[in-house]
Amino acid sequence: MEIVRSQRRNGSDGSGSAASLPLYKSAPSIEFRLEEFGQYAIDRLRVLQAISDGLSRGKKPKEMENLVSEQWRANMKHQDADKTLRKDIISHFVLRLVYCREEEMRRWFLSMETALFRYRFRLQNAEAQKSIMNELQLQYNVLGNAEYETIKDKLTEAARSVNFTSNPETVFYKVPFEDVPELVASRRVFILKGFAFVPRNQVVSLVCTIFRSNISKALALTNRKWRAMIQDQEKDRIAPMVEALGNVYLGPDYSKPKDCAEISLKDINQLASTSFPLCMRHLFGKLREDHHLKHQGRMQLGLFLKGVGLKLEDALAFWRAEFSQKVGAERFDKEYAYSIRHNYGKEGKRTDYTPYSCQKIIMSTPSTGDHHGCPYRHFSEENLRAALNKMGVGGRAMDDIMDKVRNRHYQLACTLTFEATHGTSCETGINHPNQYFVESRKFFESKNKQSQPTA
Amino acid sequence: MTKEKEEHREDPMQIDSNRVPTGSLLTDYLRIYYGKFFPYTDMFKWLAYGNDGKHPGCDSSYFGRREFSFTIKSDRDEVYLRFQSFFNASEMETSIKAKCPTKIDIGAVYTVDPAKRHAYAQSGFNPIERELVFDIDISDYDDVRYCCSGADTCLNCWPLMTIAIKVIDTALREDFGFSHILWVYSGRRGVHCWVCDSRARRLSKEQRSAIADYFHVYKGGENSLKKVTFSGPLHPFLARAYTDALKNEFEKWVSTQKLFEHEERFHKILQLIPDESVVSELAEKWQGNSVRWEHLKHMLQSGSKKTQGLRRCIEEIVFSYTYPRLDIQVTKGMNHLLKAPFCVHPGTGRICIPIDPKKCEEFDPTSVPTVAQLIEELNANASIGADNYVEKTSLAASVHLFRTCFLEPLIKTCKDELENAYNTMMQQTKDSLNW
Repeated sequence: MEIVRSQRRNGSDGSGSAASLPLYKSAPSIEFRLEEFGQYAIDRLRVLQAISDGLSRGKKPKEMENLVSEQWRANMKHQDADKTLRKDIISHFVLRLVYCREEEMRRWFLSMETALFRYRFRLQNAEAQKSIMNELQLQYNVLGNAEYETIKDKLTEAARSVNFTSNPETVFYKVPFEDVPELVASRRVFILKGFAFVPRNQVVSLVCTIFRSNISKALALTNRKWRAMIQDQEKDRIAPMVEALGNVYLGPDYSKPKDCAEISLKDINQLASTSFPLCMRHLFGKLREDHHLKHQGRMQLGLFLKGVGLKLEDALAFWRAEFSQKVGAERFDKEYAYSIRHNYGKEGKRTDYTPYSCQKIIMSTPSTGDHHGCPYRHFSEENLRAALNKMGVGGRAMDDIMDKVRNRHYQLACTLTFEATHGTSCETGINHPNQYFVESRKFFESKNKQSQPTA
Repeated sequence: MTKEKEEHREDPMQIDSNRVPTGSLLTDYLRIYYGKFFPYTDMFKWLAYGNDGKHPGCDSSYFGRREFSFTIKSDRDEVYLRFQSFFNASEMETSIKAKCPTKIDIGAVYTVDPAKRHAYAQSGFNPIERELVFDIDISDYDDVRYCCSGADTCLNCWPLMTIAIKVIDTALREDFGFSHILWVYSGRRGVHCWVCDSRARRLSKEQRSAIADYFHVYKGGENSLKKVTFSGPLHPFLARAYTDALKNEFEKWVSTQKLFEHEERFHKILQLIPDESVVSELAEKWQGNSVRWEHLKHMLQSGSKKTQGLRRCIEEIVFSYTYPRLDIQVTKGMNHLLKAPFCVHPGTGRICIPIDPKKCEEFDPTSVPTVAQLIEELNANASIGADNYVEKTSLAASVHLFRTCFLEPLIKTCKDELENAYNTMMQQTKDSLNW
């Protein structure tokens, strides 16, 4: 088993800088008890779930660092550093078993573990970071003096553009640009002839990319092993625990609406004005107005409607009724019907696509002619106010919402909108448009029940 | 749509709707075009990337694993055929001549021949190589051009495409180190870019995404107001784009589009300044004044206390109007199908010819040869009994450009790479056999 042990200081100041950060390269041959199996996994899961919440609330990196530090201390840390390490490794591998089994679960686990690694790495001191890099065999070359001289102006320019002051002491690594996609994408580094020049502090990005790739491959392998033998071998011992753990924290994905939640075409206008979140109201309105939506808009709205309970035949009728007014029924059938059926898993590789979550919608990039995305993020203040006004939001609620938007808490803004338009509080917080819809219907249904005379 | 457009229509080469062939006339023209003009051998040589040779390092299955798609229009309907593949140039030629597609798209190279994909488990059929591609469409700039809109373009607004080519081409070569880049006129209102270095072909989706995001500066859907925001000093790439290309282009744009002479036009610019007091001061002073752009620049760059937070405003305005607007999704995907060069655009009859990025300022979309024109030239040449008559048509120059500026250097690099890879592999095998 390979782990990284940095120097342990005896009688240390307890600053936590001596923590070891394992890379989970291979399954441990430690012996542990069955109770530890479940408990350790749940403790780690708490940390991962907290990270997930923090990210969806748009917390900044520094806040995330604090969150990770607190959560780790509360759930995972032991007085004895060796015991902490043991729990760290065991819990990671147990959760790998739990989350390797489905694509969505793998994706979630991969993202959260990478995030956890990222913030823990940032909290390490320079030496610990260096030894982790050695572990990962990062043989990226430190930029030589001669080459540095020729590009130092550009390096400074790039650094200033991200509010980072580099000085002659800053160490730069010369790295193929393919290895640091995040840094390239956000233009945080200077690139020249295919190489990115990464200052030491940005090395986090490099390291995380590799970590992520390793864990991703490992998850695929674990999945195969699970299906091939472990599931069967362990069906009386570990398998039931793994199943139970898998159901613990996953939020519903709304891809299969409950039967009683089916909606029909004649209700759709009414439902749009009372129970659709703003993003879907906007798309719906634009569709009615222009009799057209571009691809991403069709995906975002179409999958939402599927999640809400609109059946395929009704969906086809709905989109045809709108689109045929602009492009004609024939062109609709030829060019657009296919992709609607595709969304419902009736064409191509028959994947049953899941409606987009808030996180995915917030991170989308609407461009010219697009109406998808999250209005709280993508609309100008003026347009957002107008849209909220149309929903009947005003006064104090409007101010609170705009305040959340300015602080980039888009989902909280949406939650406040829900509260303002329904006149009730929403405890859980919105992180999925279909959740908004479901909560809204629940509210109206219970209101109707109350107004009916009791037997 | 005004007098400006009428003036450009005096050029006799401008397509007018009477001469754009449709329906069965289009099919007839296409038959002749595919029979005599389409450069099959050159396209094959390109997409084979050196694997069509006899060197033992060549992979003869490579070309056959590329997906093509055909759009075939008949009087009654339109059929779209995906997953077409060909073993060699001759098969490709036979198929294109037989089917006469109105559009040919090029997709990715897959793990196996796309026509045989059903024989494999889903996990066995994946895209493994694909050029890095870009698609720029002038209709995405409709909110900043006043001479044309939608699918039209003229010599007044085409410079936006020229600028886009310059900015992107420079970055691809300087920043990313790519050298085998093909720019193609899309036939009506835009340009496509194919980056063909092997390093580019092997990029993963994530890496393509990163490159697309690197270029993504103009952001926002229909409902956001300000599409370009710079919070501090510019990254070297943006600074270079500004100084070498965008700044001067904007100055020209101000005059060709008369941006400061009409209220709705300069109002749009004022909306990009996030300071109410500055905006109202300018608006007041402009009631009768015509030197507005100079005034605006002067005010925003004055460095006065009032304009502290507006230091980047000029750049934001310039970028909003002139920076390339890419269709990001085209670049990010690995199996997005993109129209092949040398196709005929069915809406205009124009050929999708290559553009030399070093001379992109000279490119004139209104004088690109059309299929009707080529056929006329062919007939004229034949009637005077000239030999090699295709080479004496207007298409010859484009094929020549394709070969000399793009294909020949590319093939040379590919052959070198193939040989090196082969030699390395042989050496490794030899080493491992040493007892």
